[in-house]
Amino acid sequence: MATGKEIRTKITSIKSTQKITKAMEMVAASKMRKAQERMAKSRPYADKIRAVIGHLAHAHPEYKHPYMMGREVSRVGVIIVSTDRGLCGGLNTNLFKVALQSMRKWQQSNIDMDLCTIGNKASLFFRRFGGNIVAQKSHLGDSPSLENLIGIVRVMLDNYDEKKIDQLYVVFNRFVNTMTQQPIIQQLLPIVADQPDERLAHHWDYLYEPNSQEVLDALLMRYIESLVYQSVVENLACEQASRMVAMKNASENAGDLIQELQLAYNKARQAAITQELSEIVGGAAAV
Amino acid sequence: MAMTIHVDIVSAEAQIFSGLAEMVIAPAEKGEVGILPRHAPLLTTLRAGDIRVKINAQEEEIFYVSGGMLEVQPHKVTVLSDTALRAHDLDEEAALEAKQRAEQLLQNRQAAFDYAKAQAELAEAIAQLRAIEKLRKIKR
Repeated sequence: MATGKEIRTKITSIKSTQKITKAMEMVAASKMRKAQERMAKSRPYADKIRAVIGHLAHAHPEYKHPYMMGREVSRVGVIIVSTDRGLCGGLNTNLFKVALQSMRKWQQSNIDMDLCTIGNKASLFFRRFGGNIVAQKSHLGDSPSLENLIGIVRVMLDNYDEKKIDQLYVVFNRFVNTMTQQPIIQQLLPIVADQPDERLAHHWDYLYEPNSQEVLDALLMRYIESLVYQSVVENLACEQASRMVAMKNASENAGDLIQELQLAYNKARQAAITQELSEIVGGAAAV
Repeated sequence: MAMTIHVDIVSAEAQIFSGLAEMVIAPAEKGEVGILPRHAPLLTTLRAGDIRVKINAQEEEIFYVSGGMLEVQPHKVTVLSDTALRAHDLDEEAALEAKQRAEQLLQNRQAAFDYAKAQAELAEAIAQLRAIEKLRKIKR
């Protein structure tokens, strides 16, 4: 049986760990609120641009943009959005699992993959296991800006333009609520339009300025960027939520451990006192 | 009452304006455009400049955009404003940087993806997580 002193040092060490996890929990909680706000703020843009793309799908432009047209698939691009830091439960693990499932399917049908990783964890994971990473970005911080994502999106779009890839996907965690984050894979290219709007069913087209090709290029590029940005922001909210829950569990577990150890400590102390007493009594009787 | 048109001005990182207006004047690629209700559908890129939203005869709001897109439907104007300065060279530069980072990362990589290893590791991690969940449930 452990002696009193050993148990006491164990208790102090667990207590200091608990302090850290509690602090991390609170930090994550406040960061999560901010991330959720950011998510809400970026939503109008995503909604609006999606609406415009939806309109565009029903217009009858003389120029069909390659982003709107599917083609035979022999190679796909995948953007994987992960976190920079760990200690956030199974968030990244679950995400990689979803990515891996799709990748396996592609591999079985002889489709090659180009990967693009956002966040440290994905970079490390896919470096360890191989895979053709063509672009990488990490350390976006707590307030990612669209500006930082332009580069990697550009790499993937260039590859699509040069027909190096025929489809583009993004894998990220969808924020359902604080307790639930769902890893999903979403197709970016070719663009899948929303449900047709009946009011736009008649034959019509936009006026384009300066010309349809340039305008569509600019618009569709922004659309893809906004989708990637949205997924990064959402993944960030997921990270903080997941970390908050993980740290909450850790603090609770530490509390339980401390309780158990305290009990053991008290028992050990009592045993020691009883033993001492009986020794004294025994000693006195012998005299 | 004068005819109005719904105006939304958004950027990727925030909503800037949403409401009814009598007229919108925007700096389109080929010169300023003034948009009144029932304008024909129009899609154009924007230069850097001011967007003037005339809410009524007296009130007018002015927003600066560094560039972006303008979509006009007969009853709706949508301005998708850029948050970043965009130029072809700048975009190329950013793309190059992202590629270089990837190359740096992959200096000693294997070419083919090692599924077996990756899946084994993931399975283990997930099993661990599940075990932790179970432990917690038992304790309760």
